[in-house]
Amino acid sequence: MVGIISWGSYIPRYRIKVEEIAKAQGADAVVIKESLMISEKSFPDIDEDTATMAVEAGRITLSSSAISPEDISAIYIGSESHPYAVKPTGTIVAQALGMGNGYTCADLQFACKGGTAAIQVAYYMAKAGLNVVAGAADTAQSAPGDILEYTAAAGAAMFLVGKEKVCAEIKDTVSFSSDTPDFWRKPQKKYPSHAGSFTGEPSYFRHVMSAAKMLMKKNGTVPKDYDYAVFHQPNGKFPSRVAKKLGFTEKQISDGMLVTRIGNTYSAASLLGLCAVLDIAKPGQRILLTSYGSGAGSDSFDILITENIIAAQKSRKTTQSFIEDKVYGDYLKYLKRAVR
Amino acid sequence: MAIPRIWRQIEEKYNLVGTLCKDCKKKHFPPREVCSCGCYDLEKYRFLGKGEIVTYTVIRISSEDNEDTPFRNIPYVLAIVRLDEGPSLTAQIVQCSESELMIGKKVEMVFRKLLEKGEKGVIQYGYKFRIA
Amino acid sequence: MRKVAVIGVGMTKFGLLFERDLSSMAVEAGSLAINDAGIEKKDVEVLYGGTMSGGLFSNQEHTGSLLADRMGLNVPSVRVEAACASGGLALRQGYIDIASGMHDIAVVGGVEKMTDTLNTTKVLATAADVEREAVFGATFPGLYAMMAKLHMHRYGTTEVQMADVSVKNHANAVHNKSAHFQKEISVDDVMRSQKIADPLKILDASPISDGAAALVLASEEKARELCDTPVWIAGSGHATDTISLHDREDITTLKATVAAAKQAYGQAHLTSKDIDVAEVHDCFTIAELMAIEDLGFVKKGASGKFTSEGNTKVGGKIPINPSGGLKAKGHPIGASGVAQAIEAVLQLRGDAGKRNTGAHTALTHNVGGSGGTAIVHIFKR
Repeated sequence: MVGIISWGSYIPRYRIKVEEIAKAQGADAVVIKESLMISEKSFPDIDEDTATMAVEAGRITLSSSAISPEDISAIYIGSESHPYAVKPTGTIVAQALGMGNGYTCADLQFACKGGTAAIQVAYYMAKAGLNVVAGAADTAQSAPGDILEYTAAAGAAMFLVGKEKVCAEIKDTVSFSSDTPDFWRKPQKKYPSHAGSFTGEPSYFRHVMSAAKMLMKKNGTVPKDYDYAVFHQPNGKFPSRVAKKLGFTEKQISDGMLVTRIGNTYSAASLLGLCAVLDIAKPGQRILLTSYGSGAGSDSFDILITENIIAAQKSRKTTQSFIEDKVYGDYLKYLKRAVR
Repeated sequence: MAIPRIWRQIEEKYNLVGTLCKDCKKKHFPPREVCSCGCYDLEKYRFLGKGEIVTYTVIRISSEDNEDTPFRNIPYVLAIVRLDEGPSLTAQIVQCSESELMIGKKVEMVFRKLLEKGEKGVIQYGYKFRIA
Repeated sequence: MRKVAVIGVGMTKFGLLFERDLSSMAVEAGSLAINDAGIEKKDVEVLYGGTMSGGLFSNQEHTGSLLADRMGLNVPSVRVEAACASGGLALRQGYIDIASGMHDIAVVGGVEKMTDTLNTTKVLATAADVEREAVFGATFPGLYAMMAKLHMHRYGTTEVQMADVSVKNHANAVHNKSAHFQKEISVDDVMRSQKIADPLKILDASPISDGAAALVLASEEKARELCDTPVWIAGSGHATDTISLHDREDITTLKATVAAAKQAYGQAHLTSKDIDVAEVHDCFTIAELMAIEDLGFVKKGASGKFTSEGNTKVGGKIPINPSGGLKAKGHPIGASGVAQAIEAVLQLRGDAGKRNTGAHTALTHNVGGSGGTAIVHIFKR
């Protein structure tokens, strides 16, 4: 059996409310909150980046597992805010996680789905008998004044994937990809650009729905076979609408829907949702996870919780505790700390 | 700070790796070459990263620097932390309000950016602490 | 060991001396000391110069050669470094040289040019453990602030008591024309001044100053031949402790000060009760409070109250820093330890004008870093 042995999340402590950003942008907060379905977002401190957040989440992941860090063969981190353009984030994180030197590593980038791509790589390597750390972290960037500023947030989700004491079996994974330029950032540019409403139907909805349908068709399942569904969540509206279109209920998506309280953590967004579900799921429950990365593609996973989850959930720092542990900052504090 | 200097401290700064005297069992951080008991037979020891505040200050004026850019905003909290295993160290306490600060307060290690050598330079990562 | 005396003193004014460079200040102080001793330049056999960092402050190392050159002396010249105790250590090394019989006449000096860089705080932080303190944002005010915090926590010392140190030292410096500041300040001024590292404020801190100070030391034989008013070095102590503040057993005590004082008192066959006046290392007000405890003038924890009661003023039980101290006289790092000795000599000769305390025995106390080095000297008429 191949799947998730352990998991860990990290969300920076700082939050900024939509009202604060709307004030700075001269916009109407009520309208923004209605259209994006988000109330506040997380933002990182000046000394936090993708590597530091991945380490925090990774330390929770490894300290809650019996597998020695030196017995891990690879690390893959997906992000669109790797601290270096050239030089891996993975080696920094592996060093801090005490993985020794006998591991392979490469950083992944596929907009907001680099993290699920990392899990897929880990899944196939685990089938070959290896233990792999995979996950995502992002300090999402948005140009001051851009609509993205209301949602672009920071967070990390890391997983240990292998064959021993699996808590959440990955039964299958499929992907749906195409060349769809809806959101991008060129080298040397600080902030991403996007194609406005083009990011909707031909991009997010087409890919998420196609991947999720492909997975269910392949495995002979229907929405009601799943206890939880987690979708990429760039705002509150998209995942709700895609769930409805696919035939999932609000109840199925509510536990993995974090965007309204922490914003869009980009590569980590759907994976943090998965962490929040793993924190509470019971043996025998089934999860459908579908990510979305601009440019574009979706990875969909069929996940089954095992008996091992009960022991694994004990004394683990939960995603919910990170969501609740917060300090509000005003726009100036946000600019000084998070905008880089 | 030169690159090799940052590089050779990675174990110490990332994971609080110090030394343990095989003779008197005293633990040191940072790592030492010789123990206060006179013994040279020391082995690596990784501290757990939990401790308490011995004393602290809020720094409101810091050094200007045109070479290394530290990742911190004025004001920042600096403290001496006594690790549960014995030795003490000096570190920044991140993301705490001044009302949370107290001598004796429990703290735990976090992994943060320390400094970078200008916009083009490498980033040095290492330990800081937060209220536990 | 032979007896050693101070037979001449000289110093520049301390302050923001933008028009002066390192060597011109050193030459002025050295020449004044030679004149004061009534000797000729050719009589000088060896130089000891304390300076913390010609390299980082002025991009100039090899100051031993530089200062000998500028003085026009081709004699052995030793640069001595122990951070803020560089001057005190230069004095001690010169003392050991003469006492040993190697030379008969030495010029010992200290100098620092601090205003040629914008990075003063960073340069000073190199006196701490750079990799384990400074890199995490530890500044010198920050380190002393952490000592103050614990001293307050443990002994009930107050910010007003610390301010009293500053007020007293400023009042003393009004009568010292070499001082960086000749301006009285009030407790209120200190309390309202800008915070640098809680609980320390800008008026709790010594200033950034340029300056130089020098002494002529002579063997007993030479001193008696050349000088009517020799001041004898009765005791000299030098101790070290951990460079990092966090490694100390007790953060509210400088163990190096206690140890260096013990050596000096022992050599002089004196105790703290026999000292009439002292110049102590008050780089921050809390440092003076801790120093008078560690030197034995008052018991641990009682220094705040003792100071606020006026016991350390000129005319009090034990006048501390009649020169104005580092706080008001100024703190050109390498020069400070030597300038303290100059005040001791002036006090014992009765040449300190309105600052005279009529002392027979004087003590100086110079600290390097946050207490990694301490130098104590005792002088007698």
